Amino acid sequence: MKRLVILSGKGGTGKTTVAGALIKLSQSKAYADCDVDAPNLHLITRQNTEPEKKDFYGMPKAEINQDLCVKCGLCQEKCRFDAIKNKNESYYIDSFSCEGCGVCEAVCPADAVKLHKAVAGELSLYRGDGVFSTAKLKMGSGTSGKLVTEVKKGLSQTPQETQLAIIDGSPGIGCPVIASLSGADAVLIVAEPSVSGISDMERIIRTAKHFDVKIAVCVNKYDTNISNTKKIEKFCLDERLPYLGEIPYDIYAQKAINQGKTIAEVDCPSADAVKKIYEQILKIIFIN
Amino acid sequence: MADRNIKIAVLSGKGGTGKTLVSVNLAAAANKSTYVDCDVEEPNGHLFFKPTAVEKEEIFVKIPNVNKDLCIGCKKCVEFCKFNALAYGKELIVFDEVCHSCGGCVLICPQKALTEKEKLIGIVETGISQNVKTITGELKTGEASGVPIIKNLLNKAKNEKGFIFIDCPPGSACTVMESIADADFCLLVAEPTVFGAHNLSMAYELVKVFDKPCAAVLNKTTGEYNPSEDFCGKYGIEIFAKIPFDNELGEINSNGKIAVRENYSNKDLFYDLLVKIKEAVK
Repeated sequence: MKRLVILSGKGGTGKTTVAGALIKLSQSKAYADCDVDAPNLHLITRQNTEPEKKDFYGMPKAEINQDLCVKCGLCQEKCRFDAIKNKNESYYIDSFSCEGCGVCEAVCPADAVKLHKAVAGELSLYRGDGVFSTAKLKMGSGTSGKLVTEVKKGLSQTPQETQLAIIDGSPGIGCPVIASLSGADAVLIVAEPSVSGISDMERIIRTAKHFDVKIAVCVNKYDTNISNTKKIEKFCLDERLPYLGEIPYDIYAQKAINQGKTIAEVDCPSADAVKKIYEQILKIIFIN
Repeated sequence: MADRNIKIAVLSGKGGTGKTLVSVNLAAAANKSTYVDCDVEEPNGHLFFKPTAVEKEEIFVKIPNVNKDLCIGCKKCVEFCKFNALAYGKELIVFDEVCHSCGGCVLICPQKALTEKEKLIGIVETGISQNVKTITGELKTGEASGVPIIKNLLNKAKNEKGFIFIDCPPGSACTVMESIADADFCLLVAEPTVFGAHNLSMAYELVKVFDKPCAAVLNKTTGEYNPSEDFCGKYGIEIFAKIPFDNELGEINSNGKIAVRENYSNKDLFYDLLVKIKEAVK
């Protein structure tokens, strides 16, 4: 099974819109939403089954037993994450800042600090025709990279004959993106023809080049700024990256999404454009 | 106001809803203000402000350094490290990229075989763009966490006077929490799709966790049905502005220009929004 990840660097360029369309076009039996911070793919891929839900435990969190605490302040001094606060002469853990490293537990002379398991999100695995793996990070949790890895593990439950898995990624270039890139065969970058979009595209491409993956680029809403679209095309030519085509700004795309559909399910200009991109990405993944 | 500051965090949950558009234009519309770009993974504010008099600082984190002559292979550090950043094969190996710089391994090593060295993870730049002081950061590609850079940015901003606009990263994870923890007011920017509304609900939940006052800005509005507007109505979130989808603004913004500094026909929108924010934080 080959794994295609959809990324963009910048947010809101149309990753989920494109991923949803590719899932429909390929009749994919294996797909995942790795944007655990702001998952949306489930909103346009209707599922007939209830998901299997599972708590995700991220890093543990420290807790101070006030009865045992001798108020020496050593834990606060050694904590690198400013997670130990002092209020009314007693010490307590700010669990949002705590990264669960265990330094406080190790240095406490009174054995007053202990690490506890903490739920950091929820995994959902839908098994219908195929497998759809998604998750939601608990508000304000910090272990999104680890959760992305768990979401991807859900894909291992797909039928053996499955040829292509489609993974919707998250914006940025940090830990969740890096986690979604590991083990991928190809990356489709959905770029946006704005000064911001170009800058972010260059950074995500530099990030993806740290991995052994094929990289291809398409431009969404290309007609909102034709001269920037040309710049993206030229960039790809210079970098020898396959440039797979352009998707127009399309009010029907927004309407389809608000009806809970992928654009591939409606007859519209953006769907036609994605179909061409789909054919090309298949060649890149399976032939070249 | 003259002797203190007001921190406005601009966030959205979803990416690409217009956080940078809103925060850049508000900062430019205010008399004298500070703009902080906390999206260190994909920073864009500097592309609009094109700051001058730029001062650059390199940001380092600490990672362990092994003295192989002193290491006896007791593996206490390997057992301690919750991030699996250390492994022992023939000798002790450090995986820099997963190290969280907690310093635990150095504390725990009975042989004092571990010390710390610095690793460059990115930069912070301060500069000036007319009435705006800009503080922006950039995470090196391949690095996992921009949190130390965000901490540095916010620390630099905290002594500034007047309005401080904090352009948050997308999502609702640790980087966003850092960005809004000290904010006086949160502005939620949402687009008119079910995606926008769903992520607005997540951003709103986060704002509630931190118990911050907030209002919404609806971006890219058309005459069509707007799920984000529905959400605001349902939860009683006041809508401070609606930014219509229009090609004029789209072109200015996609070319990296600041609407209130250009000849944009609807620029009052940002000045009106600023007035509403001023009222709200009084």
